[in-house]
Amino acid sequence: MTAITALDRPNSYIGRSVPRPNAKRLLAGRGRYVTDIVLPRMLHGAYVRSPYAHARIVAINADEARAAPGVRLVAIGEDLAKLCTPWVGTMDHFKGMKSPPQLPLPIDKVVWAGQAVVAVVADTRALAEDAAELVAIEFDELPAVVDIDAARGPDAPVISPELGSNLCFHGKIDTGGVEDVFAGAAHVVEEEFLFGRHTAVTMEPRAIIADYDASEPKLTVHHATQTPYQFQDIYARHYGIPEACVRVIAPDIGGSFGMKLHMYHEDMAVVGLSIMLERPVKYVADRMESFVSDIHARDHRVRARMAADADGNILAMDVEDVTGIGAFSAYPRTSVVEGNQVYRLMGAPYTFKNYRADLQVVFQNKVQMSQYRAVGHPVACTVTERLVDMIAAKTSRDVFDIRSGNLIPDDAYPCASPTGYKFESLSHHACLAKIRALMDYDGLRAEQAALRKQGIHRGIGIASFVEITNPSPAFYGVGGVRISSQDGAIIKITPSGDVRCLISITELGQGTETIVGQIVAEHLGVDRERIKVITGDTETTPHGGATYACRGAGIGGETALQAAKKLKANVLAVAAAILQDEPDRLDMEAGWIVDAASRQQRIELAEIARIAYFRSDTLPPGTQSQLSVAHHYAPEGYPFAFTNGVQACHLELDVETGFVKLLKMWVVEDCGRVINPLLVDEQIRGGVVQGLGAAFFEECTYGDSGQLTNGSLAD
Amino acid sequence: MEALDAYEQAGSDASYIAGGQSLVPALALRLQAPDVLIDIAHIPDLRGIELKGNWLRIGALTRHAEVLAHPLIRQHAPLYSDAAPHVAHPAIRNKGTLGGSIAHADPASEFPAMTLALGAELEIANRNGTRRVAADAFFVDLFQTAIEPGELLVAIHVPVVNANHRWAFHELARRRGDYALVGCGILADVIDGAIAQIRIVFFSVGNTPVRAAKAEHALIGRVIDADAIAAAQAAVIHDLDPPEDENVPPAMRRQLARVVLGRLLGDIARQAP
Amino acid sequence: MSDLVDVSLIVNGSEVSHRVPARTTLADFLRQTLELTGTHTGCEMGVCGACLVVLDGQVVHACLSFAVQASGSAVETVEGLTERAVIADLQEAFHQRNALQCGFCTPGMLMTAYSLLSQPGVPSREDIRDALSGNYCRCTGYEAIVDAIETTARNRAAGGDAAAREEIDA
Ligand SMILES: Cc1cc2nc3c(=O)[nH]c(=O)nc-3n(C[C@H](O)[C@H](O)[C@H](O)COP(=O)(O)OP(=O)(O)OC[C@H]3O[C@@H](n4cnc5c(N)ncnc54)[C@H](O)[C@@H]3O)c2cc1C
Ligand code: FES
Ligand code: FES
Repeated sequence: MTAITALDRPNSYIGRSVPRPNAKRLLAGRGRYVTDIVLPRMLHGAYVRSPYAHARIVAINADEARAAPGVRLVAIGEDLAKLCTPWVGTMDHFKGMKSPPQLPLPIDKVVWAGQAVVAVVADTRALAEDAAELVAIEFDELPAVVDIDAARGPDAPVISPELGSNLCFHGKIDTGGVEDVFAGAAHVVEEEFLFGRHTAVTMEPRAIIADYDASEPKLTVHHATQTPYQFQDIYARHYGIPEACVRVIAPDIGGSFGMKLHMYHEDMAVVGLSIMLERPVKYVADRMESFVSDIHARDHRVRARMAADADGNILAMDVEDVTGIGAFSAYPRTSVVEGNQVYRLMGAPYTFKNYRADLQVVFQNKVQMSQYRAVGHPVACTVTERLVDMIAAKTSRDVFDIRSGNLIPDDAYPCASPTGYKFESLSHHACLAKIRALMDYDGLRAEQAALRKQGIHRGIGIASFVEITNPSPAFYGVGGVRISSQDGAIIKITPSGDVRCLISITELGQGTETIVGQIVAEHLGVDRERIKVITGDTETTPHGGATYACRGAGIGGETALQAAKKLKANVLAVAAAILQDEPDRLDMEAGWIVDAASRQQRIELAEIARIAYFRSDTLPPGTQSQLSVAHHYAPEGYPFAFTNGVQACHLELDVETGFVKLLKMWVVEDCGRVINPLLVDEQIRGGVVQGLGAAFFEECTYGDSGQLTNGSLAD
Repeated sequence: MEALDAYEQAGSDASYIAGGQSLVPALALRLQAPDVLIDIAHIPDLRGIELKGNWLRIGALTRHAEVLAHPLIRQHAPLYSDAAPHVAHPAIRNKGTLGGSIAHADPASEFPAMTLALGAELEIANRNGTRRVAADAFFVDLFQTAIEPGELLVAIHVPVVNANHRWAFHELARRRGDYALVGCGILADVIDGAIAQIRIVFFSVGNTPVRAAKAEHALIGRVIDADAIAAAQAAVIHDLDPPEDENVPPAMRRQLARVVLGRLLGDIARQAP
Repeated sequence: MSDLVDVSLIVNGSEVSHRVPARTTLADFLRQTLELTGTHTGCEMGVCGACLVVLDGQVVHACLSFAVQASGSAVETVEGLTERAVIADLQEAFHQRNALQCGFCTPGMLMTAYSLLSQPGVPSREDIRDALSGNYCRCTGYEAIVDAIETTARNRAAGGDAAAREEIDA
């Protein structure tokens, strides 16, 4: 017999690879995505889009479209501006940041190719598209601002003249002493890096149904988003509807990766269209529309230098980052966060002290840019690690060797980066040692040398990184953005002793409901099968930040844990009253109240619930059982919970064709206490493959006139 | 054929649909908007694969999946079989037709190029009867062939390969099933170790499948050795005039073509004499 | 193309007849007319594979056929295969291996796997990857999907449905 581990206790779920209960529904084809939802009297929207990147709208003639079969409404910018107040995507703590006000549909000019200009609502999507083709818009084309340098030139046309320039934000970090260090350094390496635009390409495109009922009044929005509370706030404020009368439901979501938490003009318009028509209106972006209207990300040009002493010890970094974000800053999370994370994550794993960086965030006539998976991390990591490798080459040091000489020692925490981030506890060296063994680095190097003699070119690369997770109010709240840093959970015991947990973090397939179930089950000592986790409906689930920036498990999970403990105390209080015992001598296990010391079963949880709900008369006077609890939690102290890891890559290059064949990837990531290894592995694999896509295949390219030149899945 | 009459009646706003694997995406993108689609998928005359003397007749409706697996094609028109696994993905191969691919004449497509490499003849029908057009005269320009509006491609006639023939196919695509950056098929007639005749056809390098005449010329009469391969590689640069493309500049395509040609000729040289 | 046409076919074993606009794709017909929303559309141009269905025994893209072209044919969707329990072991393997996240690509993946596993022999990982080349998944990185299909193939070859239920975290 093997030894009994913690995992063998009843209801011990944390750390176990349990599959996701809600995945079965998806496997049976019974998922319910917004694209699947049909409401009574529902109409369908389609948009007429701008072919120009920058143009004045001279005239719109929609008479023919209005008369087309099945058409219920054709709306233009002015129509929606009467209902919806404009929004501005800035945050107070980015000093000097500016961005023009935006409306659902533009009134006088378009600022990117693909911008929606006219909305057509009809009985079916096909009829709406037919009618959209009949809308005639006369444009007066303006010079397009495409290039990030040209955008900042003295003669550049200014996209929003009221802002004075095309500069959205200019940030600087300077610890001082950088010039001197570079002047005296034995080695200086320098490189320019270009990062193309990427986009999320969720398999389910953006989808929304707005259903306005004037009689209550009540706005219900079925929205494929990861952040329903944020949208509840936005729809309420901008359409002047009391927040309590706005319900946002996020059902099954076909992928998001950060893309579905931004305000899109079409989505905002759909709400207005529904208000105008007092009928449900559905809009699903088709794939072509997704490419021209979903947020893009990356798009940086970084010029960076790194200084090192004769032994390859890193001394300083000097970075200039220019990033193009489209014609305005995205709402409500802005388009500066990525650049901010790029220039603050630079060099984050290493010990050097002197850092100087300049960040310019530039408007241009392209689709908006904002947060998408791993915001800023790939840029900062690529730049840093490339420079570290260049230092290694200059000093003839091995890539592992140079890193172990420069990574922050594992016992140096807490400490701060020269860019201002405070690290509580990281483990670069442990990770490095682990990956070295995992990949058999020395064996690979020997094999590489042997194969090179036969003309086979193999490459081995490693990259250490620091990851930003679990943001506190320092992320959005202090900037004046109404995005909760708290999450909330309501847990209740049903009369039959089952458990329902309503939680504000959302499920995108990563396993939110599963881990919350594991946590609650473990702490309440009940079988996982008896716990139902409910997410994604502002009407029922408590308010919270929901899922983004790796906060689901860290903040949502902690919320569930604290809520479960609170509920357990309540249960034990009732149990103690019934059993005439002390609560702290009792515990919960396998659906029973047990003696804490002997683990002997005393009374079933279901029995407690029965008495509490149906026979409170049998309880001692003054006992009011509280078998439901509501609890909120936000991180305190550190603004972020930083984590770290290292990845290694082995590949083969066909030197005649330039084709690269990936042989293997290894990842060592310190993600703290693993709640469910199956899900964590899956996230890491998925993330790595998405990253490989970006590294090898994907880029949204634009022509000189600001047209997206590869806007389909086939490109 | 009824379909020809249907087209006549519908006028110019009609389009034939076979497997629909190129046409339907174009409709979905609203790139094309014909008023009438004439489904030709059920016309018996356009079906079947049969050997007729020295020619293999392949009905236009033969699906990619059949091309992949059919023993007669493997035996007599092997370049089609070699190319088939590289054409799209399994589900598309279940519906897409050889005739549709050839009629569509996408310059990045494998089958049109192999049609040219095999020296096939295309049987085209109109209301007055049928005619056969040699592949060399068939691919006119980007998505343009000798098929006139309203005409149907009925069958592909392939001169069967014989014991002297050597062939090879290769393409460079970033991922399996993607359209190739460059691809090539070669059919060579080798007599007494030397090249008597050769057809070298590239795809994804221009507006049509492209025969590399200069490279072919450099090889005629020669044994395929390192020198001959180098000569062909030097010549092929002048055969190709790839379009400007931000991601794959012409110089890169020429280099890839050179590499592919070298590898294929190496394959052919290695095949038993 | 917006004229109405009659469409009659067998879907998941039942005969259905509807009058729909001629331009209705099979995907829209299944999803909208028949409310079989297990078939998804991610691109409507044959690229993503979310819309795969079985048409007369062969896996095809529902977005690349018009409903009227399928008249007289037999179509099976993920709902039908689930009801017939012919992919129960495959679904279980996906579940145990967590070979899905958002699940949007999953019905298409199951269709491809169903078709691959209907062929004789045990496919290699390379065969499985080849077969999946027309199925996009943005979440999983494919590895677990390949694992799940491989497990099912092996179990079927070993002749046991029982084996398909082995717990991976046992
Ligand atoms: C995602 C995706 C990937 C693909 N990848 C590849 C690839 O890698 N390589 C490749 O070669 N192809 C690829 N294809 C295209 C595929 O091979 C098509 O099936 C083929 O090009 C067209 O055949 P079809 O029968 O479907 O033609 P259809 O789409 O029905 O028709 C195409 C055109 O040809 C005309 N036509 C069809 N048949 C005839 C006929 N008998 N007579 C006259 N005119 C006719 C039609 O009117 C139409 O204009 C891909 C397609 C998709 C959707
Ligand atoms: S919807 Fe059919 S392949 Fe994407
Ligand atoms: S699981 Fe989300 S696309 Fe595959």
